[in-house]
Amino acid sequence: MTPHPAPEVGPILGRLSLEAIPLHEPILVATFGAVAVGGLAMLALLTKFRLWGYLWNEWFTSVDHKKIGIMYMVLGLVMFLRGFADAIMMRIQQAIAFGGSEGYLNAHHYDQVFTAHGVIMIFFVAMPFVTGLMNYVVPLQIGARDVSFPFLNNFSFWMTTAGAVLVMASLFIGEFAQTGWLAYPPLSGIAYSPNVGVDYYLWSLQVAGVGTTLSGINLIVTILKLRAPGMGLMKMPIFTWTSLCTNILIVASFPVLTAVLTLLTLDRYVGTNFFTNDFGGSAMMYVNLIWIWGHPEVYILILPLFGVFSEVTSTFSGKRLFGYTSMVYATIVIMILSYLVWLHHFFTMGSGASVNSFFGITTMIISIPTGAKLFNWLFTMYRGRIRYELPMMWTVAFMLTFTVGGMTGVLLAVPPADFVLHNSLFLIAHFHNVIIGGVLFGLFAAINFWWPKAFGFKLNTFWGKVSFWCWVPGFWVAFTPLYVMGLMGVTRRMRVFDDPDLQIWFVIAAIGAVMIAAGIGAMLVQFAVSIWKREELRDESGDPWNGRTLEWATSSPPPEYNFAFTPMIHDLDAWHDMKNRHHDRPITGYRDIHMPRSTGTGVILAGISLVMGFALVWHIWWLAALSFVSLIGYAIYHTFNYDRDFHIPAARVAEVEEARSRQLDALRAAEPQAAGA
Amino acid sequence: MPTNPNAGRLIRRALPVLATLPLLAGCGELIVLDPAGDIARQQGNLVVISTLLMLLIVAPVMAATAWFAWKYRAANTDAKYAPDWDHSTQLELLIWAAPLMIIICLGALTWVSTHLLDPYRPLTSGGAESPLGPGQELQAPLEVQVVALDWKWLFIYPEQGIATVNEFVAPVDRPISFRISGSSVMNSFYIPALAGQIYAMPGMETKLHAEFDQTGSFFGLSANYSGAGFSNMQFGAHSMSAGDFDRWVQKVRSSPGELTRDAYLLLERPSEKVPPMHFSAVEPQLFDLVVNMCVEEDKMCAHEMMAIDERGGLGLAGIHNVRRLAYDKHAGRGSAGPDSMLLADGSRYVQATCLAQLDPVKGGLLDPVNVAPLTGAGLSRPASLAAALL
Repeated sequence: MTPHPAPEVGPILGRLSLEAIPLHEPILVATFGAVAVGGLAMLALLTKFRLWGYLWNEWFTSVDHKKIGIMYMVLGLVMFLRGFADAIMMRIQQAIAFGGSEGYLNAHHYDQVFTAHGVIMIFFVAMPFVTGLMNYVVPLQIGARDVSFPFLNNFSFWMTTAGAVLVMASLFIGEFAQTGWLAYPPLSGIAYSPNVGVDYYLWSLQVAGVGTTLSGINLIVTILKLRAPGMGLMKMPIFTWTSLCTNILIVASFPVLTAVLTLLTLDRYVGTNFFTNDFGGSAMMYVNLIWIWGHPEVYILILPLFGVFSEVTSTFSGKRLFGYTSMVYATIVIMILSYLVWLHHFFTMGSGASVNSFFGITTMIISIPTGAKLFNWLFTMYRGRIRYELPMMWTVAFMLTFTVGGMTGVLLAVPPADFVLHNSLFLIAHFHNVIIGGVLFGLFAAINFWWPKAFGFKLNTFWGKVSFWCWVPGFWVAFTPLYVMGLMGVTRRMRVFDDPDLQIWFVIAAIGAVMIAAGIGAMLVQFAVSIWKREELRDESGDPWNGRTLEWATSSPPPEYNFAFTPMIHDLDAWHDMKNRHHDRPITGYRDIHMPRSTGTGVILAGISLVMGFALVWHIWWLAALSFVSLIGYAIYHTFNYDRDFHIPAARVAEVEEARSRQLDALRAAEPQAAGA
Repeated sequence: MPTNPNAGRLIRRALPVLATLPLLAGCGELIVLDPAGDIARQQGNLVVISTLLMLLIVAPVMAATAWFAWKYRAANTDAKYAPDWDHSTQLELLIWAAPLMIIICLGALTWVSTHLLDPYRPLTSGGAESPLGPGQELQAPLEVQVVALDWKWLFIYPEQGIATVNEFVAPVDRPISFRISGSSVMNSFYIPALAGQIYAMPGMETKLHAEFDQTGSFFGLSANYSGAGFSNMQFGAHSMSAGDFDRWVQKVRSSPGELTRDAYLLLERPSEKVPPMHFSAVEPQLFDLVVNMCVEEDKMCAHEMMAIDERGGLGLAGIHNVRRLAYDKHAGRGSAGPDSMLLADGSRYVQATCLAQLDPVKGGLLDPVNVAPLTGAGLSRPASLAAALL
């Protein structure tokens, strides 16, 4: 390796030059070609069908929590395809790079691929999915019109998107980090990563982190302040409870991430020594700080899905949730304990036996409330009438898959066992077992469960089942070999292998990845077919699953104001209770409804942040300064925008609600027997 | 393959999932569960015992899930249906107490095993399979100093006065005491057959104690990603009889190369797929110099800097120390080769930079500064520093 020359920093373009375009990587050139052609085609179609105005007015500038929720899900899905492409590339490389073969990816490219895979899947797939889900469902479940700060919600979404765009830009302009997804120094310091990769990492996470933190604050306030009258904390739906805990975790932990990334940024940009080898810097400090964020992060991802599984199990078993109170306390205990376990990610740093034991045991203790949750789902199914619709299928698959992942997790919490399995493929198998088996399966359950609420028609069952039967066995085929290889002492992030005996395992894992790819393909087909045949799948009742919580009380899709009258809550399963009491919708006495007005400020501020991030990555100082000033300036300018709200006139509300009444009457007339079902 | 069974291996046979794995023999060995060192064996047994302990609750839960999922399907109208049943104190007690019991057992096991298998803890008696029974005197441990370089492993044997690269050899049944550090970025030192891993970090020292109880050839690796050459950062780890080990030492001693400070600075430059190398002699203080990041002759060692700082620092005079460290701060270790450290007149860059001021006009070096007046805020300069500066 030659000494790293200090990159030339020009006054206009900073470090950016034509050499930053990776023309020497055929894979990237082909990808760019495909993205460019696809992108241009999409732009042309949008222009041809004159959709720009519609998108801008109805979606991009919307402050409606439902539309923002859907946009988060779309962002998550797009980034999921990118993250999965990275996964497939790794699986192919590892399946062929044997016996002296270098495979088809050089170290520079491969190391970016595994870093990008981790970063994208956590920050730009799982987080948008989870945030989108909470955004869509929570206000409906608590009987609110919108979130507490609707503009902030739109701004948060666009900041997350700006971070995602910055990561995607690194694919074609410059490079991404080659450090692993947590960018441990000193490797991520300026001495060992002198180029733009780590800077892309830092600024994309910082930009997206603003969005995540603000959306966390927004949802906490929403849940605490906007619940319908009568809904005490212990009458909140369990999904809202898990969302509350998740957002508390977000607000308490993301500032730690922001701080630690800022310190690394200072090391790289102004020559401080927080994490350098020399001058009293300590890389161990970084590892501690990043995991103080990182461990709560995995609970941020899984807790809302625990809520989803609770709602789904209860709904499809036709039963009240078993042990609601213990479920709530289990969630709170998990939330608190998740801050006391971070060191289990680096027992091998040599912290000493007592420290390691403490963190190992606190980790195991988390499995008690988690186990209690699993038992609660089990006893909810007990003496139920389980309907195997898609959400319930995913839930049962989760219960069987996640249990194994939880068990291997507790195993890794035993420090001496971790010494032999740390950083091995066993670890990789473990966390994919909980993240795919928990978070992704939960998301698929949630998408199938709430899709009819969001769009007014169910998802196609056939393609949903195809997807399910590709995904679940595919997961096990892809990751069981990794468990086995972990026991053979094979470590993670390897690009080439010597031992030819290992190849068969990697080939099996690659077959599993292909099965998963088929599962993803089937899911996309499921969406397409469902949209195509939406009239056949139409649900006009607003309550296709015989649901129990408040979101099923309104029409599908709900009107922009959600509920014409804020409902009064008397019982835990509010909608189930209303149905039991033969509650009648109020059909007179509508009043004007006060609503927030859409604004383009979120798009503009996030756009400027994106430019600033890009300028900082490339050391284009004038542009960074200019965009920073514009950012502050535009934010101040927005404070003078007094046109922030409007009223939906009572007449308009009456019109919408009367249409809804006619729809419901028609349904009742068509199926007079169905009322008692 | 060893033939004498022990408790751990019996347990493994009992574990149905793992019991099927020998059928796949030829597809690689489960070295983590069947290693060649007592520490690794105890760690591997712990993996199995913990798994069994957890299966006590996990297996019934999974079975119950499958059973309930089948029994209470909507089509089975014979099954009992209790739509409003949502609480049972006895069951609540069970679902919290049963996992708690398992975790209490596992927690106790964790506390004890973490202390017994602490890598910093010197071995106190022979392992279960050691020919030395419990209570017998142990041999004095073999000290091995390990340095993770970009992207290879350096092993220094201070007792034998030799060093190797990418080849680790140890006598069987003799405790090994590792001192581990690194030169540039974080790695993890791991010989699966011998013992669990521990991080190898620049500017820091970690320890590991272990012992081979079987002879054979195994592999070692870095288990923490460390940059472009990481995949090939593997080495052979060989366990041999005391006699063979002595013969191997003699062989290394007769090899031509010597590991001086300059040779080390050349060696630490990044390289990949380095074949095993032998050094017949080694600079005695090398490992401590590496840990203190001062293998270069002119650099102040971290421990010296710390000693000065502990006494309150040096005030203005300390600027010179900073320059002695900062000149290559933005270059990865080893990436600036010896050539770049020498100025045109043959003087070393470090010394020249530290003792001279930069010419603000021409950018070159001015005459060396007289540092005598710069004694700092009333502190006298430590003698060693004065000697180093002048």
